[in-house]
Amino acid sequence: MGTSKLLTTVAAIALFGAAGHAQAQEKLKVGVIATLSGPPAVLGQQLRNGFQLAVKNLGGKLGGREVELVVEDDELKPDVAVNKAKGLVDRTKADFVVGPIFSNILIAIMKPVTDAGTILISPNAGTSNFAGKECNPNFFVTSYQNDQNHEVMGKYAQDAGMKKVFLMAPNYQAGKDSIAGFKRYFKGDIADEVYVPLGQLDYSAELTKIAAASPDAIFVFLPGGMGVNFVKQFRQAGLADKVKFLSAFTVDESTLPAQKEAALGFYGGANWAPNLDNPQNKKFVADYEKEYNAVPATYAFQAYDAALLIDGALKLTKGNTSDKDALRAALMKANFTSLRGGFKFNTNHYPIQNFYQVKVAQRADGKFETQIDKKVFDGYSDPYAKDCPMK
Amino acid sequence: MSTGLFVVQVLNGLQFGVLLFLIAAGLTLVFGVMDFINLAHGVQYMLGAYLAVAFYALTGNFLIALVLALAAALVFGLLLEFLVFRHLYDRDHLEQVIATFGIIIFLNQAVKTVWGAAPLTLPIPEIFTGSIVLMPGLLYPVWRLVIIASGLAVGLLLYVLVSHTRVGMLVRAGATNARIVSALGVDIRRLFMIVFGFGTMLAAFAGAMIAPILSVEPGMGDTVLILAFVVIVIGGIGSMRGAFLAALLIGLVDTLGRSFATDILRLVMPPSPARTVGPAIASMLIYVLMALVLYFRPAGLFPVRGR
Repeated sequence: MGTSKLLTTVAAIALFGAAGHAQAQEKLKVGVIATLSGPPAVLGQQLRNGFQLAVKNLGGKLGGREVELVVEDDELKPDVAVNKAKGLVDRTKADFVVGPIFSNILIAIMKPVTDAGTILISPNAGTSNFAGKECNPNFFVTSYQNDQNHEVMGKYAQDAGMKKVFLMAPNYQAGKDSIAGFKRYFKGDIADEVYVPLGQLDYSAELTKIAAASPDAIFVFLPGGMGVNFVKQFRQAGLADKVKFLSAFTVDESTLPAQKEAALGFYGGANWAPNLDNPQNKKFVADYEKEYNAVPATYAFQAYDAALLIDGALKLTKGNTSDKDALRAALMKANFTSLRGGFKFNTNHYPIQNFYQVKVAQRADGKFETQIDKKVFDGYSDPYAKDCPMK
Repeated sequence: MSTGLFVVQVLNGLQFGVLLFLIAAGLTLVFGVMDFINLAHGVQYMLGAYLAVAFYALTGNFLIALVLALAAALVFGLLLEFLVFRHLYDRDHLEQVIATFGIIIFLNQAVKTVWGAAPLTLPIPEIFTGSIVLMPGLLYPVWRLVIIASGLAVGLLLYVLVSHTRVGMLVRAGATNARIVSALGVDIRRLFMIVFGFGTMLAAFAGAMIAPILSVEPGMGDTVLILAFVVIVIGGIGSMRGAFLAALLIGLVDTLGRSFATDILRLVMPPSPARTVGPAIASMLIYVLMALVLYFRPAGLFPVRGR
């Protein structure tokens, strides 16, 4: 071998070695994609805040590597989300993409992100298709499968011996899934099943129907401003004393600041509440309130857990993100202490966790939050896992 | 389906109609008189609600908050008129749409920057917090009756102003032919400014009155804007009477549709498809109505003559 060839070979080997070593020192790029504009912006803000708080508490590092965070707004538009997600994958070369809030955005960005080999972690949206037949090895969920929170209320109503329930949800896929989830466990009488247009403001007509039907309880899924409107009008119509209020995603820490006393005593189904009694959660709630002056909701804690998940996995791979198989195996191990206590991944990468019936209460400092009343499901897996081909 | 239930739903429909009129009144005034498409009407409505919340937090009194909100909204409206709208009166409708759409985006973002993205709330004033019993088990908040009353009062005020005052006469003349009125020596620019300011105040008034029963959030004006346009298109642009009657009609059609569509469909099809088709039809009804009106009476139900 000639001298120049030998030198080139030595240089190449040296560079290879150096590159492998330098990777551990290279910044970890994480892209966060959430809805940060329009009425649902408060949810995206909670997601972003929760994730940023975790990184801050870990000293700006995840798994020992310094984090470079890029936050993108999907504007609740699937086409915008796809462009931003592709940007995170191609331009930013993100190692992880964390998000989104909404299910329709998740469905849009799944292929662009996971096809490129990037790990997608959802701290909120958990559609049934990706839990079942379309499960994806590069996709992990730290929240829940969308149906589960509604099933919690269905089981609660069934166990509590309620005879007649009035159901109401917005007229889109998530609304229909919500009602289907409730009916999976509630076997009593359905007084009526009403689908309202998304974004409806005035519920006089529906409230009149509820009063005429005289049910034991109503179950509603009315996210965001819809929930604020309905809760206020429900209370003003004097129905709160006669009809039990069961819900999912309708009375939570993002809408309670507007609903206030009108929502007192109303029930919800959730996998967590700020008063969940364990040391790591107590610290999280205190830190979040100090940093952002608001009570955290599920969107924040699930994003916090997503950061802990990444941190725990990178500790197992010693900061290495290039070996994708090792990274996926490390993520599956869920090597972190979740804020909700017990946390395990199912074969479809969705969590196995406890679910509770929560109640709206007012704290001593005047702020409103949900509080755990009763555990409804222990170590509960979603019903779609059996359809997932991953084992 | 009892007669009692039907009567209550009709009342709900009329109430919703008066709510729509309150929102659409300002829009038809501006569009009718100045031939100016003001898409920013929705955000002016939203601004009224936000200003009411802000002044209520400062003063603790709803009436004072309302008056201050109206004053602040008027000032803001006149500022917008001076900065932006004044240059658009002679322009194409499309350019007016683009400019006012830009104002929507700007104000939605501004409101989010100042007050945050989370929904806010305004409590009902103390004296009106009671309810009346509408039917067994259903209470009707007195505040909704106050809204109906204020909607009717606004309607009456506008009728008196437009038909029986000098300013109203100038407004009606300006709506018919602005150039001739100007040639007759009337300061048409100042008239437009007065009309626009009044339209802004009406939008803000609607926002502040409705805030206690609805959530105050960025983008709350956008859904309302579409409904307001449907009202004035069906009623006839520039016509107060048209706006009032169209608003009541739309309120009734929408409410009765939402209440009974599924039940009516269940007479001809099994319950499960009825539950899917019913809400879909109910939400389309007012737009189908608008299409029918445009087909048979393109100028609306009560068009202003001489256009």
